[in-house]
Amino acid sequence: MRKIKAAMAKMPMMLTCGEVEAVLLDYIEGRLSGYARFKFELHLKVCRECRDYLAAYRQAAALGAEVLGAPDDPAPGDIPEELVTAILAARDAENR
Amino acid sequence: MNVTSVIDEAALVDALRAGSDDAFAQLVRSYGGRMLAVARRIVGEDEAGDCVQEAFLQAFRKIGAFRGDAKLATWLHRIVVNAALTRRRRRQRRPEVSLDSLMPVFDDLGCRVEPSLPLLDAPDLAASAEVRSQVLDALGQLPEDARQIILMRDLQGLDTAEAAAELGISDGAAKVRLHRARAALKRLLEPVFGGEPAPGTGDDG
Repeated sequence: MRKIKAAMAKMPMMLTCGEVEAVLLDYIEGRLSGYARFKFELHLKVCRECRDYLAAYRQAAALGAEVLGAPDDPAPGDIPEELVTAILAARDAENR
Repeated sequence: MNVTSVIDEAALVDALRAGSDDAFAQLVRSYGGRMLAVARRIVGEDEAGDCVQEAFLQAFRKIGAFRGDAKLATWLHRIVVNAALTRRRRRQRRPEVSLDSLMPVFDDLGCRVEPSLPLLDAPDLAASAEVRSQVLDALGQLPEDARQIILMRDLQGLDTAEAAAELGISDGAAKVRLHRARAALKRLLEPVFGGEPAPGTGDDG
């Protein structure tokens, strides 16, 4: 299968996996022009590895963002006054 | 009531830049509670206060680099998350990973070598405490440069040009850095998706 794919990569319009890797971020962020996008998606159609890679790459970024959460996600409590005092003192010490 | 919604952010930022003690105290009181909640989720109760303190000191040092059109809350969120992830990694006595060792692999014919990841489409992965812990570990293990740009893009919501401007690098360099960082994160998270751990990441033995 790999040999078949390597031979296909020599066909016109067919990107190699390395060429796909080089423009992957541009593809995700919508910066590929029509023909470049067509070639990228043509490669994805025939290459299971690049399809899986792209899916995992996207999923990893999404999972990271989901776990870290939005800044105003949980209802936060107040900051304890002793911590406020400690932070202000640390800043004074740094400024001296 | 959301306290921060009634703060005039622009005036506060101006006062912080001018070195106002009152403005700094207001910043800590207005945003500290929410930052403490974030830090607790990453390092637990005992060390959350230290992370918040460190984050505020960093924020104060870097206020000159704060982009006026960004939101203070998301900027501070990014700073406390970064401080907490660094502390988490140090507590586990793990080194930062080398990005080069986590880049995609191609065989001698130039074809991508990609493991099968059976849990990639599993629903609600982030609902599992163990998965959340693994994700935090992975983010913490990324080198500082890589972690920063992931947090800027995927957490703070900056675009490439905005992130590049804050980092003082070109757009092209920011794109390369983001891509390498995401590729490494993907590799580190393969165990979460049912794959084998990357060698040398502390999960392989």
